[in-house]
Amino acid sequence: MDGAGTAGEMSLLLLSLAASTVRLAAPLVLAALAGLYAERSGVVDIGLEGKMLAAVFAGAAVASLTGSAALGLGAGIAAALVLALLHGVATIAGADQIVSGMALNLIAAGATPSLASAWFRQRGTTPPLPAGARFGPITLPLAQSLGEVPIVGWVYTTIISGHSLPVYLAWLAVPLTAFVLSYTGFGLRLRAVGESPEAVDAAGLSVARLRFTALAVNGVLCGLAGVCLSMAQGNGFLRDMSAGRGYLALAALIFGKWRPWPVLAACLLFAAADAVQARLQGVVLPGFGAVPVQLIQALPYVITVVILAGLVGTARPPRALGKPYPPVR
Amino acid sequence: MTRRLYRVLATLLVPAASVATALAAVAGLVLITGEAPSRALCTLLRGALGDPEGIGYTLFYATDYVFAGLAVALPFQAGLFNIGGEGQAALGGLGATLVVLALGSLPAPIVLVVAIIGAVGFGAAWAFVPAVLLARRGSHLVITTIMFNFLAAALMTWLLVEVLIAPGQSALETRTFPPRLWLPTLADITAGTRFDAGEAPLNPMAFLALLAAAFYWVLLHRTPLGYEIRAAGLSPLAAQAAGIRVPRIIMLAVCGGGAVAGLIAVNELFGSQHRLTADITAGAGFTGIAVALLGRNHPVGIVFAAVLFGTLNQGGAALSFDMPGITRDVVTVAEGVVIFVCGMLDGVARGHIGRFLRTLWMAPARQAR
Repeated sequence: MDGAGTAGEMSLLLLSLAASTVRLAAPLVLAALAGLYAERSGVVDIGLEGKMLAAVFAGAAVASLTGSAALGLGAGIAAALVLALLHGVATIAGADQIVSGMALNLIAAGATPSLASAWFRQRGTTPPLPAGARFGPITLPLAQSLGEVPIVGWVYTTIISGHSLPVYLAWLAVPLTAFVLSYTGFGLRLRAVGESPEAVDAAGLSVARLRFTALAVNGVLCGLAGVCLSMAQGNGFLRDMSAGRGYLALAALIFGKWRPWPVLAACLLFAAADAVQARLQGVVLPGFGAVPVQLIQALPYVITVVILAGLVGTARPPRALGKPYPPVR
Repeated sequence: MTRRLYRVLATLLVPAASVATALAAVAGLVLITGEAPSRALCTLLRGALGDPEGIGYTLFYATDYVFAGLAVALPFQAGLFNIGGEGQAALGGLGATLVVLALGSLPAPIVLVVAIIGAVGFGAAWAFVPAVLLARRGSHLVITTIMFNFLAAALMTWLLVEVLIAPGQSALETRTFPPRLWLPTLADITAGTRFDAGEAPLNPMAFLALLAAAFYWVLLHRTPLGYEIRAAGLSPLAAQAAGIRVPRIIMLAVCGGGAVAGLIAVNELFGSQHRLTADITAGAGFTGIAVALLGRNHPVGIVFAAVLFGTLNQGGAALSFDMPGITRDVVTVAEGVVIFVCGMLDGVARGHIGRFLRTLWMAPARQAR
């Protein structure tokens, strides 16, 4: 009886951990895919964090002023798009892409709380969003009735159903990106411009235009990632709300070797680590003591460094990554 | 002659343009809050430079930024981008604090000297792993140093929660250092005089910052090692061919950057905060990028840029105090804009647009010959 009880509790715990993993992975997936488009086209993007944060704020601010989730979504995407295109302008001008990305991160980190306190006078936050201005959980068809069915029903009801729109968009974006990269002309050109812009140029295609297009997609995805944080998982803008997720997405992009499905796996792993550490906060394991949650939090960064060191597997970035085209002196 | 003029123009125009754009961006933010930008500028300047206390604070922050700027500039001379100043400074703070906790009973000068060595050593050690990974395995320094910033934050939080926290405290900080270890500040020296500097934490580390900037110049331009660093930065392949051991140069330049970053923590710990917290650097490591870019990696430029950002930081504090709705975050915006415009103009100058402009510029000179 006791054993059955623990087993039941265990499966409940696992289900809820899986559900939070799916939820927490969504902004990471969106941001990492955004990075994927930029970097496969040869543009280094360490500005994911800043673009996300801009969208976090713009989405929440507009949604709270208008009371409309759709307008908030549009504003979030627009804000991230503007920063992405600024990055594009710098890139095409031949600026160092790392410098430009870093600059955008700082601008977003400073501008968002400044604008928030200027407009809302609430010490750098937006007011909590009213119900209609958020993306609430969507209950998929049959989720109610299937909830009683063991395993399949539980998984469907707890893990698959009940997420918000941006989460489902994140999950759709992965197969879509994989398809676009592998099976469309745009995907082929995108990969080509990241590997060999000279060849693309020689073929009569515009390197600048391709990279701009990639960055536009990048901006839209970053916008979705940010909106997901402030309008679906959170409730309004808080200072530094992206909290390093842009860098984490960058780590997932490297861990996933710049390919959509492995990137998804990396995001799920990092999100699972996050879900587990949130659950273990303050838990004392018998014979082990308090769980060092910081260790679990640090795990994604350690993994990335190990991957970059080439100790486990190799991560080969796109060949032209970070190199301006035409080359600068 | 024309070439020289072109270079002088570039050195002056790029910083001027980026500072002007940054000020315009800040003015825009001020306008949004409904205040007059001119009044904001007055408040900012008065707060930063209007009285001895303001000047003391400005130069105290500038001290941080000189170290942070050098921590970016030294690896930059070797062609490398060190974004890890934040983490390296945090670890420097850990090193200095451990020295104080271990040797706190020894005479103050000894403790201070060993603490500085500890800060420099820990900062360099935190840069060592990214440096060695780059030198031996070719791992991208930017990404590894970003990761090491996060690792440093996790490590510091864990240490403060589990090990170093002052007994009976709930805030994440160590116990306060004994006052005899505090560096004398401008406030101490001027207390009771006509130039009373209030609380200003400006301390002798400012001289060390100037010394470090001078040392940086001598190292780069008057020593064989500096020559090798610059050669490796200009062309690693040519340097390699000339017999320079490039991996060794990478190690020295990056660890050197980490070492200087450690000094930020010394200035903060012994000048102002007197105890280790999870966030002793307050973003100075990132300001260092702006300082190095704006200062064109030249020591004099770095000192000027550091004073400029010190002014902005201290003035920003005054601004947020005087004008509700404006926060110190406008300084971060200014940093970002400076970095963006500098990077952009550098790219323009070195890239295809610059090539076009140069041909226009040089054409009359060539014809004259």
